Amino acid sequence: MSSMNTVGRPTRPEALPDSDYKHPTLTGARGLLQDEPLLFEVGGWDKTGVDFPDAPAETSHELEGLLRTAPIGLPGLSEPEAMRHYVRLSQKNHAIDLAIYPLGSCTMKHNPRLNERMARLPGFADVHPLQPQSTVQGAIQVMDTLAHWLKTLTGMPAVALSPKAGAHGELCGLLAIRAAHEAKGDAARRVVLAPISAHGTNPATAAFVGYDVQDIAQTADGRVDLADLEAKLGPHVAAIMVTNPNTCGLFERDIVEIARLTHAAGAYFYCDGANFNAIVGRVRPGDLGVDAMHINLHKTFSTPHGGGGPGAGPVVLSEALAPFAPKPWVLHDDNGFSLLEESEGDAAHTFGRMCAFHGQMGMFTRALTYMMSHGADGLKQVAEDAVLNANYIKATLGDVMSASFPDGPCMHEALFDDTWLEGTGVTTLDFAKAMIDEGFHPMTMYFPLVVHGAMLIEPTETESKAELDRFVHALRALAEAAKAGEVERFKGAPFHAPMKRLDETLAARKPKLRWRPVDAVAMAAE
Amino acid sequence: MSTYFTKDHEWVTVEGDHATVGITAYAADQLGDVVFVEVPEIGKTVTKGDPLAVVESVKAASDVYAPISGEVVEANSGLGDAPETVNAGPEIGGWFARLKVTKPSEVEALMDRAAYEEFLGTL
Amino acid sequence: MRYLPLTPADRAEMLRVIGAATIDDLFVDVPKSARRSEPVDLPRVAGEIEVERAMGLMAGKNRVAGSAPFFCGAGAYRHHVPASVDHLIQRSEFLTSYTPYQPEIAQGTLQVLFEFQTQVAALTGMDVANASLYDGSTATAESVMMAGRITRRKKAVLSPGLHPHYAETVMTIAHAAGMEIEVLPLAVDGEAQVLDHLGDDVACVVVQTPNLFGTATDVTAIGEKARAAGALMVVVTTEVVSLGMLKSPGEMGADIVAAEGQSIGVGLNFGGPYIGLFACKEKYVRQAPGRLCGETVDADGRRGFVLTLSTREQHIRRDKATSNICTNSGLCALAWTIHMSLLGEAGLRRMAQINHAKAHQLARAVAQVPGVEVLTTRFFNEIAVRVPGDAAELVQTLADNGVLAGVPVSRLAPRAGMNDVILLAATETTTDAEIEILKRAMTRILKERAAAREYA
Repeated sequence: MSSMNTVGRPTRPEALPDSDYKHPTLTGARGLLQDEPLLFEVGGWDKTGVDFPDAPAETSHELEGLLRTAPIGLPGLSEPEAMRHYVRLSQKNHAIDLAIYPLGSCTMKHNPRLNERMARLPGFADVHPLQPQSTVQGAIQVMDTLAHWLKTLTGMPAVALSPKAGAHGELCGLLAIRAAHEAKGDAARRVVLAPISAHGTNPATAAFVGYDVQDIAQTADGRVDLADLEAKLGPHVAAIMVTNPNTCGLFERDIVEIARLTHAAGAYFYCDGANFNAIVGRVRPGDLGVDAMHINLHKTFSTPHGGGGPGAGPVVLSEALAPFAPKPWVLHDDNGFSLLEESEGDAAHTFGRMCAFHGQMGMFTRALTYMMSHGADGLKQVAEDAVLNANYIKATLGDVMSASFPDGPCMHEALFDDTWLEGTGVTTLDFAKAMIDEGFHPMTMYFPLVVHGAMLIEPTETESKAELDRFVHALRALAEAAKAGEVERFKGAPFHAPMKRLDETLAARKPKLRWRPVDAVAMAAE
Repeated sequence: MSTYFTKDHEWVTVEGDHATVGITAYAADQLGDVVFVEVPEIGKTVTKGDPLAVVESVKAASDVYAPISGEVVEANSGLGDAPETVNAGPEIGGWFARLKVTKPSEVEALMDRAAYEEFLGTL
Repeated sequence: MRYLPLTPADRAEMLRVIGAATIDDLFVDVPKSARRSEPVDLPRVAGEIEVERAMGLMAGKNRVAGSAPFFCGAGAYRHHVPASVDHLIQRSEFLTSYTPYQPEIAQGTLQVLFEFQTQVAALTGMDVANASLYDGSTATAESVMMAGRITRRKKAVLSPGLHPHYAETVMTIAHAAGMEIEVLPLAVDGEAQVLDHLGDDVACVVVQTPNLFGTATDVTAIGEKARAAGALMVVVTTEVVSLGMLKSPGEMGADIVAAEGQSIGVGLNFGGPYIGLFACKEKYVRQAPGRLCGETVDADGRRGFVLTLSTREQHIRRDKATSNICTNSGLCALAWTIHMSLLGEAGLRRMAQINHAKAHQLARAVAQVPGVEVLTTRFFNEIAVRVPGDAAELVQTLADNGVLAGVPVSRLAPRAGMNDVILLAATETTTDAEIEILKRAMTRILKERAAAREYA
């Protein structure tokens, strides 16, 4: 042996006497997780990350008195600083690409990257909504093709593409319903019926349009109570709003009868299509008697949720409601594709306009890419796998947690309540927060309102069996810990997330909705 | 001076032709930390059962109904800066409004403290 | 299918665990008549190669804005978006996360929203901003309804310069919510006309600056007079780059601001998704629609952010919510904030100056075209011009000649009696050569048209 290196680094960790030793770091960082200040604390007031060509700065005397004189208050970052700032922030988020994201009613499925690539083709991304229609034939063709897929999948004759999200779609549907009643001279209908299990957007939308909202009772097995519905229907009812599959994850068995009773009373059937993922390609709402249904492209058709939008909420409509659909209408004839943007011709009875321009084109291209990728057969498999995965969750957790509706299969999501936590000192919230420590995003909590301490798990079809097993294994272990009295594991959880539990009361009592320079001064003085 | 209660968990204390209205400790506890209170404008007239005030916690928002009819003569504006008073002393500093009572007989339909406590036991 | 991880063996094993014989057993609650065993009549599964080809064919049928001399505006503007913006918004943690309902594992999104709200408030000169709405038009409708809630009055007066699509959206949505809407006939420079329609039933006046025709207006006096009559002033802008140069709505006394933020970070996208900016005076915040992000501390006292004042919203208030809105425009807000951070104050001011200078150059050039009259005098980056004859026809002929020469007013408002007016916008992406091509093409085509008319 020659030239032995005696100054090299140790290659084995030293065994520490107390391996649980933890100390707050000196910088606030935790290993790879940086403690990142606000833009306003790191940016420079004279710094920019965008270079513009030299151009004469022309100020016109016409604008005198209209020009800014004071600083705006917008700090800038160079490009490398911007990359660091936002990449550091990104690392404080959970994401589908990281692990299962089992939010019930939200359909957090994989977002294919081909969708992103297609939406960014310059022919879609870099075209103006008001270019002459002869120069955007392909863009209108995307709308027309998407409309064809949506109509075929739902078995409905018409679709309004422009609503920008599910709630916007609900508004669109109810406006079409109101217009249809008004066209018949039937303006006395002032009531919308909806089950208590409905999404909050349903009553909010109905009230928005000026309808009084009345609850429909629920049966013991989690469905619409037909007798109650029948009793409440009448000449004063404009519409019912029923989610199907409903928010308990159950298919409304009596859906055809619900539609029949509704129509017999002269009312329309609005179906909340948030849970369409459970039946896409396998059941057509048009075969069930639905008059209007919004489809969240950001749920069933995989356009990314993006931290809270943008979404898209096209609404399929029955023959009775189609004439009232909002502008613009997409038309297709021998001369090609066109947009009808005025209340004339076919669209003479339109109830109006939901938004400027034509809707969420960027979401249309993504959703259509997704549909074409799956095809009719793949979409049917989507529904089957989504339902299979949810039932697998229900079957493998049913003995340690309490399923709210244990009898019979669920659809795309499994609903549990907090009966099984009674006496443990652990609440639904505590349990959810402990899931964070185990690397999972919690399920939807405390919704729907019809069961106590609700936990609504929607795995979606894009989870592998291995990931489901990992999830089930973790939840079983947590459930057993709760029952074994390990309350401290839950009460302060999460312990390992970027932040501990946040004080929502403080945020609401003393709202601080923006950064202000004075806050910084006060902080420095502390 | 006597205090009466409603099934919606409001309390009302009547002194002569004036009444003070608030929510009960049970209601405050159910709401959780109160973060915002909207008190009525002075001069507003309410009929028994009308919305009188709004109380919000982080997780819920509730209307507070007038237990009896009257005209608002005073509102607890201090709750604007200190909504937590509703949790700390729902029947002391946490009152919402004082009314000039227009139909004194309406209190007869309300519960007294013993009846309210019995009612709570059934929930 | 490449997006479905379950294998046939997995499915068989899972059915066994569940205790079902076939997948059909899980669909027993569906009425038999509606259960389909065969796929619907649509194409079958397709690989990336086939889908790219089909989508590429459709994309190829569109004239790309960047491939032609381009002057379209009217509520959507072509601006340069730095490459890093698109890279950052495609980070998995931003792209594939949900609304930040679990703040412990959503601080990335929440801190961005807090930065966004601060930037929007600063840019508009307002106290507070929300975490975005769908777009400028729906933000305008929400503002009108909010003014109704605040003033407990029922009528809104929309200015003669408000984008017709915005006016139609307000007519549809705010009217549905019980508001009475008065829309004044289009005019190039008539924002102050709203004052002729004040009354004790008016909740708000809605003015736009720069307006549809590009006219920038000092609305300070309008706001003062509206408030004296008990109404609020809602200020709309569809081109937020203008705020790098012009007085903010807040400086001019706006009570509520509704803006289209598409110019920063978002791109044209054939009209959506865009991003609605919403800001207001602090005293009105509890009547505001949409999500709000607020600062707080965690159990260790560290600064963090949460969604707050949620009791206004539909998931708690249900039929008494301030709005039915659930989804906002989160990813567009992220793009907006990153682009704005890259620009900073210095960059935004420079960008605004260049836009303005290009618009001057454009106005001078088209003024030299025989028969063309520039109608807008106080403009930022957009002008209205009157042309001899039908404007839509001229725009179509120019498009056939490879020039995307703006938006004819008749496209937005065919019955406004402005069939000879075109809206033309210039931005920092507009080149000297493009302006020259537009001028020559307009001159030539108008000359040919005139000759054809003489011949006929």
